[in-house]
Amino acid sequence: MRSENLVSSLTASYRLSVASRVLAAILGGYMLSALTAFALAAFLPLSRSEASMTATLLSFLIYACAVIWVFTTRTAWRAWAGIIAPSLVLGGLVLIRHYTAGA
Amino acid sequence: MKEGFRQSMAWLHTWSGLVVGWILFAVFVTGTLSYFRPEISQWMRPELRDAHAEPGAVARVIPTLQQRAPDAQRWFIQPPTSREPVVRVSWTNSVADQANGRPRIERGNFDATTGAELQVRDTRGGEFLYRFHFELSMQPIWGRWVVGFCAMFMLVALISGVITHKKIFKDFFTFRPRKGQRSWLDAHNAIGVLALPYHLLITYTGLITLMFMYMPWGVTANYGSDTQTFFAEALDFAPEAAPANQPGTLTRLEPLLSAAARRWEGASPALITVHHPGDVNSRVELRRDHQDRLSHATQALVFEGVSGKLISAAGAEPAAAQTRNVLYGLHIANFSSPGLRWLFALSGLAGMLMVASGLVLWSVKRAPTFARTGRIPFGYRLVEILNIGVITGLPIAIAAYFWANRLLPAGLPERSTWEIRAFFLAWVLSLAAALFQPARTAWRTQFTFAAVLFASLPLLNALTTDAHLGITLAQGNWVYAGFDLTMFGLGAGFALIAWHAARAPKKAAKPRKTRAEPLMARAEAEQA
Repeated sequence: MRSENLVSSLTASYRLSVASRVLAAILGGYMLSALTAFALAAFLPLSRSEASMTATLLSFLIYACAVIWVFTTRTAWRAWAGIIAPSLVLGGLVLIRHYTAGA
Repeated sequence: MKEGFRQSMAWLHTWSGLVVGWILFAVFVTGTLSYFRPEISQWMRPELRDAHAEPGAVARVIPTLQQRAPDAQRWFIQPPTSREPVVRVSWTNSVADQANGRPRIERGNFDATTGAELQVRDTRGGEFLYRFHFELSMQPIWGRWVVGFCAMFMLVALISGVITHKKIFKDFFTFRPRKGQRSWLDAHNAIGVLALPYHLLITYTGLITLMFMYMPWGVTANYGSDTQTFFAEALDFAPEAAPANQPGTLTRLEPLLSAAARRWEGASPALITVHHPGDVNSRVELRRDHQDRLSHATQALVFEGVSGKLISAAGAEPAAAQTRNVLYGLHIANFSSPGLRWLFALSGLAGMLMVASGLVLWSVKRAPTFARTGRIPFGYRLVEILNIGVITGLPIAIAAYFWANRLLPAGLPERSTWEIRAFFLAWVLSLAAALFQPARTAWRTQFTFAAVLFASLPLLNALTTDAHLGITLAQGNWVYAGFDLTMFGLGAGFALIAWHAARAPKKAAKPRKTRAEPLMARAEAEQA
């Protein structure tokens, strides 16, 4: 992200990019860590209470890493892609598990 | 990002820190005071000066409770400790409160030797500050989410702050005083790095204390909405028993307490809950205290209320549950001896100073630019006012809370609520005062005011109660004397800050280039 210049005003596209990243960090980051918690709890080879506990403990670290990723990557688009792609994979795994367990 | 990893982290550190900084400051201040919650509660009830704990006192409050609250859903009984030598009791009335439809909670303090109810002033004591620490006096659910959000960004600010520092070890030994912006940066770095393990620990474990509320999805994955089963399996929470609606006589408490002591290597319960007292299906639940253990595991014994038979005992915890319980225990810090508790409190103080110096640094860094252009943007002025209003306003509010405790008449209706109103009134006035003064004057006058309020508290205490230093020092009553002496210390600390704020700034903050340069790059250069 560019270092702000206090005298010149910030461009609209810069502001939009920051706003987009903020959303990706707060909402996207939460979605990714929630899905990670869900998937870890479902797949970790532990007793179910231990798996849920471990997954919940780790989810906050995932969230922190996601936020840092969002503000590190080159463009806001890449930030969103980095959040959505793993979310889709995790969501898919959870769905597959849900349907195979139900069958 | 274009300028590279470290610079984008510096940006993230600046802005994530600024947005949540004011709330974090309040959370740090009230959280640090919560290490002394029992002592504060005790000082705010000066009538209890000579109270002392006696073993077996708990059982003596039962007859009183049976008279006062026979139809309560639950009695919560906190046995006396050396830090708070009274029996604190609360109970939920079966009659719903007219105001919000929920069961009404009543509270009482009982003598730890006779079991008689004590007549003490109505106050929330240290409990108010403790609740504020994670609920901010908002609706609990909203307050907890706001604090959780800020804690999450504190974690981000910490990690990005660490990444920003190329020479984290060197920063630790660097302080260049009286050099304006650079001194603020050095101070922020030194305090941040000095207590970094504490900051990381306390932020992460803070999230852990409410993790099932913030992040319920790991539990949902395996239990759906049946969280009760999860808590029973994972943390050994005993399932609730429904009342049978037939009268039953509660067994004597003493044998249950001795049974608990045998199982717990002599440790005593921190909380005794009697579910449905007077019902044939009543339960007595004893929760072990955590004074001698890191882990905050709910070691609970549940007895049948009528027969006194042990029906459930929380056993060994598996690895992940134990990890969570230890992290939780590290946050609450109930285990600590006075010396260790003061170390925690000093680290908490470092946390406050880190947040406060970070907030001030944001302003100081931008001041020269605006001084040159002569145009002060709204955002800059807003940050300045919030900085003054929160960093000086909150201590003033806390002092006002203590003052109100000594000044409000004992018979005032809703007395404890008025103490809390005094807290907020003082805070709002401090914010308003910051609006109408130049920043430097506001800093100086408000820190001076805080110094006067704190330093004169022991005098006010001496004028209004018998629990003052003249008596408590002679008695060796360190709960009361320690509080008063700490107030002198705080007063001196604020006086010192006010004195520093009053001195004219040296010209060291003078910009070295005529054009505004990218600020983060400059900060970078100075750290390198």
